[in-house]
Amino acid sequence: MTRRRALKISLEIAVPVAILVAWQLWTVHLDSSKFPRLSTILVEFRDMWLFSQFNEHVVPSLERIGIGFALAVVVGVALGIPIGLSRWARLWSMPHIEFWRAMPPPALLPISIVLLHSIGNKQKVAFIGFFCLFPILLNTIDGVRAIDPTLIETARSYNVPRHERIRRLVLPAAAPQIAAGMRTSVSLAVIMMVLSEFFSSTSGVGYVLLISKNTFQFTPMWAAILLIGVLGYLLNVLFLIAERRLLAWHRGWRAATAA
Amino acid sequence: MAVGEVATPRLVVAGERRQIRLVEPLVFVLSIASALAFWEVVSRTGLISATDLPAMSTTFNELWSLMQTGHFWWSFADTVRGWALGLTIAALLAVPTGILLGSSELAASAFRIPIEFLRPIPSAALIPLLFLTLGTNLKSEVFLATFGAFWPLLVQTMYGVRDVDPVAIETARSFGLGPFERLYRITLPSSVPYIVTGLRISSGVALILAFTAELFMGTKGLGQLTNAAYSFGLETEVYALALATGFLGLAIHLLFTALERRALRWHPSQRLEAA
Repeated sequence: MTRRRALKISLEIAVPVAILVAWQLWTVHLDSSKFPRLSTILVEFRDMWLFSQFNEHVVPSLERIGIGFALAVVVGVALGIPIGLSRWARLWSMPHIEFWRAMPPPALLPISIVLLHSIGNKQKVAFIGFFCLFPILLNTIDGVRAIDPTLIETARSYNVPRHERIRRLVLPAAAPQIAAGMRTSVSLAVIMMVLSEFFSSTSGVGYVLLISKNTFQFTPMWAAILLIGVLGYLLNVLFLIAERRLLAWHRGWRAATAA
Repeated sequence: MAVGEVATPRLVVAGERRQIRLVEPLVFVLSIASALAFWEVVSRTGLISATDLPAMSTTFNELWSLMQTGHFWWSFADTVRGWALGLTIAALLAVPTGILLGSSELAASAFRIPIEFLRPIPSAALIPLLFLTLGTNLKSEVFLATFGAFWPLLVQTMYGVRDVDPVAIETARSFGLGPFERLYRITLPSSVPYIVTGLRISSGVALILAFTAELFMGTKGLGQLTNAAYSFGLETEVYALALATGFLGLAIHLLFTALERRALRWHPSQRLEAA
């Protein structure tokens, strides 16, 4: 069993390394300006992003992701709780939610520019926030609906005021599901950032990608793609760590009841 | 609601049900009608100027006249083709790979890191690469749609295969079923719920990426029409095309939700809801 475990761990490390080595060998063999060597890309990555252009292009992108995501969380939870609690609100709002969440985001890129008269932060944040909203909103609604009605009725019969009921009962009970929606939205935020900056912008990681493509600077282009991959991965990992800390009570409780 | 009502919820529900059946469609229609009216009013009163937000009636008129043209329907068909090809190829690749990675712990751990790294990469970041390699044509569009749709399906299939009841597998083994028969009779049917859910998620992603390819690379379809209308400053047409794309997205979403429900009729999670 331990040998099997050792084999698993070594495979887990060996396969990615083998892929990277194959990439390097392949690009050396190809010797094409379109496909620069992996080592060249990595050097370019360090020169561009660590940290000479970091403030100029990475910070604006992160800022847009951060504000858009935060807006989506606030609006999604604030709307999701009343919608989840009331049947009528659900009947009224579901047709709209179903329509907008099925809308392919790039179809609204030109509209966001026309409507907001901006290709700057205002438009980017609104675009990111709008499409990050739906996973959070839908998960909040589901989370609130899944609460045992006896709990709510008990709180009500003890005359717990409405805002206290929401703060102490509804919100904590729906928190794990809200977190699941937020996790989907984090990955979505990176995608929306790239889409909106790639369409029209004056700064940001997507802008660098666009400009280097248009000017046939292939090594910076690869470095930008690599950075977007790393950003997506790191944000996801960061979120998982934060979630594990904030919802520690929930996991602990589940482990205790399972035992 | 008074506290006393809690004691007799079932009786109340039974009586209310007929009433609700009538009220529900009414609220549905009212809600959509009032949103459309709101849109009309916001634009007509100049709260948002008509050049920024054409009125609802103007936009639907534009959509209607677009729908009289063959050009619109060809583009529509192009988008649907890119979507369908992307989703199909993704399914053909992801389901077998998922079964393989789901049933072998060694294979799963070997590819864990590459998958974890590739999965969150926004597919839009690959567009510049496609310019260089496949060019601005259907191949690029299908590649992009396939790439996006592949990951949710792969992960869902892996989960589904891992969730197969080991007792069922062992039982089949002790009855002398070979590996292929076990795959066909046990592993596949019990992972179908996960795979169908993956298909639903991927169907949306594939449409987004087909449209993205058209918008950014100019491959034929609704996305390319949208980009052209935007470049020429035809705002009303941009809005009309967004509506058309939204309806296509909604149709796909509803179709695959229905498919999911149908495929899962036998599954306990659905039985509870139906009861």
